[in-house]
Amino acid sequence: MRGATRVKWAVGVTVVALTAAACGSSSDSGGSGSSTGGSGGGIVRASWGDPQNPLEPANTNEVQGGKVLDMIFRGLKIYNPKTAKAENMIAQSITSSDSQNFDIKLKSGWTFSNGEPVNSDSFINAWNYDTQLKNAQLNASFFSYIDGYDKVHPDTPGAKPSATTLSGLTKVSDTEFKVKLNQKFALFPDTLGYAAFYPLPQAFFSNRQSWLAKPIGNGPYEISSYTKGSKMELKKWDGYKGPDPAQNGGVELRVYTDNNTAYTDLQAGNIDLVDDVPVSQLQNVKSDLGSRYINVPAGIIQTIAFPLYSSRWSSPNAAKVRQGLSMAINREQITQQIFQNTRTPASDWTSPVLGDAGGFKKGLCGEECTYNPDKAKQLISEGGGLPGGKITISYNADTGSHKEWVDALCNSINNALGNNKACVGAPIGTFADFRNRITSKQMNDPFRAGWQMDYPLIQDFLQPQYYTGASSNDSHYSNANFDKLVNEANAASSTSDSVSKFQDAEKQLVTDMPAIPLWYQNGSAGYSSNLSNVALNPFSVPVYNEIKVK
Amino acid sequence: MGRYVIRRLLQMIPVFIGSTFLIFFMVYALGDPVAALFGDRAPDPATAAQIRNDLHLNDPLWKQYLIYMKNIFTGDFGTAFNGESVTSLMGSAFPVTIRLTIVAILFEIVIGISLGVLTGMRRGKPDDTGVLLLTLIVISVPTFVTGYVLQYLFGVQWGWVSPSVSPEAPFNELILPGLVLALVSLAYVTRLTRTSIAENTRADYLRTAVAKGLPRHRIIIRHLLRNSLIPVVTFIGTDVGFLMGGAIVTERIFNIHGVGYQLYQGILRNNAPTVVGFVTILVLVFLIANLLVDLLYAVLDPRIRYA
Repeated sequence: MRGATRVKWAVGVTVVALTAAACGSSSDSGGSGSSTGGSGGGIVRASWGDPQNPLEPANTNEVQGGKVLDMIFRGLKIYNPKTAKAENMIAQSITSSDSQNFDIKLKSGWTFSNGEPVNSDSFINAWNYDTQLKNAQLNASFFSYIDGYDKVHPDTPGAKPSATTLSGLTKVSDTEFKVKLNQKFALFPDTLGYAAFYPLPQAFFSNRQSWLAKPIGNGPYEISSYTKGSKMELKKWDGYKGPDPAQNGGVELRVYTDNNTAYTDLQAGNIDLVDDVPVSQLQNVKSDLGSRYINVPAGIIQTIAFPLYSSRWSSPNAAKVRQGLSMAINREQITQQIFQNTRTPASDWTSPVLGDAGGFKKGLCGEECTYNPDKAKQLISEGGGLPGGKITISYNADTGSHKEWVDALCNSINNALGNNKACVGAPIGTFADFRNRITSKQMNDPFRAGWQMDYPLIQDFLQPQYYTGASSNDSHYSNANFDKLVNEANAASSTSDSVSKFQDAEKQLVTDMPAIPLWYQNGSAGYSSNLSNVALNPFSVPVYNEIKVK
Repeated sequence: MGRYVIRRLLQMIPVFIGSTFLIFFMVYALGDPVAALFGDRAPDPATAAQIRNDLHLNDPLWKQYLIYMKNIFTGDFGTAFNGESVTSLMGSAFPVTIRLTIVAILFEIVIGISLGVLTGMRRGKPDDTGVLLLTLIVISVPTFVTGYVLQYLFGVQWGWVSPSVSPEAPFNELILPGLVLALVSLAYVTRLTRTSIAENTRADYLRTAVAKGLPRHRIIIRHLLRNSLIPVVTFIGTDVGFLMGGAIVTERIFNIHGVGYQLYQGILRNNAPTVVGFVTILVLVFLIANLLVDLLYAVLDPRIRYA
């Protein structure tokens, strides 16, 4: 829908972005009148896309709905907009002695904007609701680590649930509850900033339809009006007691079908903030906006995944071919020429936003992800050549402009191999059809894959995609050593141990190359001179509550 | 006349049923929408099965169609994936698109026909050639080019209008989008009128009218124009349906949340109720517009009678 780059990933990519809080940001304190002009102040008029699903925390898995949830909700944890680190929000403390049983204590005094208190029940009831099969929540699988999940949400289609509540959740008091997991998972507390884990008020359970028409949360904003499909007006919630109140009077989100129009409106002064600069404008954006253009890394990685279940790619020698293909791709050139440096060549399977402590390791993939046409040709012929002498790379043609880069990528491979017909792009009409073929294992050749993190953890980049039988393991990759290392990482006693185990597991991917890392995607945004203090968080969503309006 | 109208209305019933089935079948052929709901994550099988069950996707096609038709007759056009009923989507989209279409049709009629008459009367003169050349250019430039260029010039460069249309979409904001939408048809209307006028200026009845000494404006309006308008009216009539359904490009450029926008979202998300519902209404619009055109013939040409 859009000559755009970001929305197209966004539509597809599993996502929810977590807007972040201002906690700990000292840079915007200062005496710039945030208490006088600033906070009472103006409305931020921002571009938006129509959310795909009803705005429920566990039913929203794309950026546009996620944006709103992150403005009107606060969870146990929040991801720092600058460092991506999970920090306590509503949680007073989350402790565990064995990485399996967690004790969650809440801060007191939090309320929803309708006056209801935020207590243990707000979380327990919400999580039970989100898991129950009859509610068909798209993000139900996020609760699968909690003990009793398989009873409330049996995985075989047609099976009847034998319980309606998660046995792993026990209320201790209004400000404390315990969570028992069905396996060890050291990083579990850090996943709790994800939107699926937000609490829900009693108002949701008593009248869901009216709640959905105008959701009520506990965040810095409340929704003042919502016209589905065209716009939403949010105003600063004055009763918000959290550490990160809104620095502006409110946000008006306007739905744009075409990000070119949004950009034109920004130029004409019709809106203030565009968080999706169209590809066609990337060349002009610096001269149009100057320093009001933001281009920062986001937790998104693009890869080419291989159907390892297909006989074309299942032989042991095929790994060499895949490594060779990886080395035949000139990542530098494509990111410069086609993406105008809004992508960064990838050299591991995670994202720079994790930071070194979080598990990002530049160059982990080594020479296998470095352009080397001679070595590429040699490796591919050692591996028995391309299966059948040629390959195709599939992509969905309906949203975004995948064609451009897939063609460039094939061109790069063809040049390295000296064969003009070695690689061609294979467009598939719609995203739905594309995903159907992948999930029903009908692919015979590589296809484009994108991954936007749910939470900034190395675990989220590796386990869902490459662990045997994992939810997004589109390649159907299975390696005993990888699985063993991931299990060890999850059971590790400290975060740093866990991270280094995950990196050991990641090294297995270099050998097997189930997916070729291509590039890390940046978030881009442009804003008008009415605004200041605009930033994108690691999920490439603007940090709305920190924006100041002149 | 009355019987003719009733006969035509009755004929619409099989067309309506046939076209809804065809559209339903085509959207169905696009495949299973559930996988796309989960984005790049593989659907968890139990949730996917639950959603399929809720949407009746497990039933055979004919049964799904029957369920859909049954709901339509109770006024329920189904629900879009964002939880809003298709009826309320229609309620917000159609008024906007109808306003846009009215603006476009007005442009076609006023500018198109006047230019056509002007050039038809002055065939071969420089102004005729100039207008012909202009229409050629308009026809050959795709709508999205004229759209973006005019939007940039009027909206950003000169700042006369707002580049995008507000959600309420009042008439005054729809003038530029309406012009862009009408441009190509406008060029056709000009050319059609011109040819028709040029032919009829040599007709016997016109010579008679001139010989009778009738005033010039009366000759042009009552005799020449009335007889020349039949092909033009046919064109404009079918164009009503075309403009309403074909405004996808224009609606995107100017961010108008009308029928084209909803159809586009529906197709992209593979949401059968949205697409079938909207297209069904568009089919009805086509049918009714055609009927009106046929009735207008009788007004324009007294020789045509309907029994």
